Amino acid sequence: MTATIQQMWEWLGQVPDPEIPVISLVDLGVIRSVDQVGGEWVVTISPTYTGCPATRVIEMDIQTALSARGVAVKIRRQIAPPWTTDWMTDSGKAKLEAYGIAPPQPSGGPQRCPHCASTDVEKISQFGSTPCKAQWRCRDCLEPFDYFKCI
Amino acid sequence: MPDLFEWLCRMGDNTLVLGHRVSEWCGHAPVLEEDIALANTALDLIGQTQMWLGLAAEVQGEGRSADDLAFRRDAWDFRNCLLVELPNRDFGHTLMRQFLFDSWHKLMLTGLCESQDDRIAAIAMKSLKEVSYHQERSADTVIGLGDGTAESHDRMQAALDRLWPYMGELFQPDAVDDRMTRQGIAPDLAALRSGFDAIIADTIQEATLVLTDSRFAHRGGRDGSRHTEHLGHMLAVMQVLPRSYPDARW
Repeated sequence: MTATIQQMWEWLGQVPDPEIPVISLVDLGVIRSVDQVGGEWVVTISPTYTGCPATRVIEMDIQTALSARGVAVKIRRQIAPPWTTDWMTDSGKAKLEAYGIAPPQPSGGPQRCPHCASTDVEKISQFGSTPCKAQWRCRDCLEPFDYFKCI
Repeated sequence: MPDLFEWLCRMGDNTLVLGHRVSEWCGHAPVLEEDIALANTALDLIGQTQMWLGLAAEVQGEGRSADDLAFRRDAWDFRNCLLVELPNRDFGHTLMRQFLFDSWHKLMLTGLCESQDDRIAAIAMKSLKEVSYHQERSADTVIGLGDGTAESHDRMQAALDRLWPYMGELFQPDAVDDRMTRQGIAPDLAALRSGFDAIIADTIQEATLVLTDSRFAHRGGRDGSRHTEHLGHMLAVMQVLPRSYPDARW
């Protein structure tokens, strides 16, 4: 049985991000295209940050997930246009917030605390536990939280 | 192709050497948040290095990889500016060096986004997002420490005085740079100076620091002719594993 493009996207939508497993690679917006080129499947991905160690794991996870479905794929990395948080899906952003990570906002800071929804929040550091996150804190519930940087 | 290879090594060696220097702070920074910030900055710079040196190896066409260029060249083959190879010294010094380099880097990458070479423009566009973020943070930290306590102010002033003579090299094009500019591959380095001076003047003033009028410039990093004695020591540490166990895989 040969896979259809729709199936390929469905399967890729079930591959979790290795660092933030509540969202899928499709939610994260790193999968740019899925094409069949001369009988071979090619998945094009845009890395989030240049030095992010998760990029290689993402490639491996795609290979593993699709080979489990009997599909061999070639992975192509594409850096232009550069990945942006605008490519993250709305459902991905909602899942991030439910998980306790404030989703990216064009204003450059979180809209509200992902724990108690207070808007009285402050930045602790521009960098966090992974290249894609910054550390913030809520002044109402006093909990620290991760904010997914908007780039 | 030697010009393009040489020029790509200049870009990639800047990010490699600074990335390694900054990574030396990992586990040693004054507070946890700063430790994480420095490690993340180093990670971005090493990621950018993979792209620059990866392209350098490709245009050289001798079957070498970015890793080969990073780990199997000696000091005289490195093309980074002198500024980035200087030792970290104290935290203020590290952040001042970062601020000066980031401010140049951001302008350079902005110019490179217009490069006639699509591969270079793509790397520049990708890197610029990360570097804009670095510059925002290093400028904030320079202001915070400069306009901080008497101790932090004096340390930042000392760092600025010591590092300033290393900036000039980044604005003095040589024959390789001139040919890159004529081919529309890279911006004119000398033309970046006025934009740089304006950014620096604002931040330094806000940090209550004083910039010297001197334009004396140490040179010799970007063409490899006169690296400081610090580079060899740094490479000894950075390269020891791949040099001790060549072709090891894990």
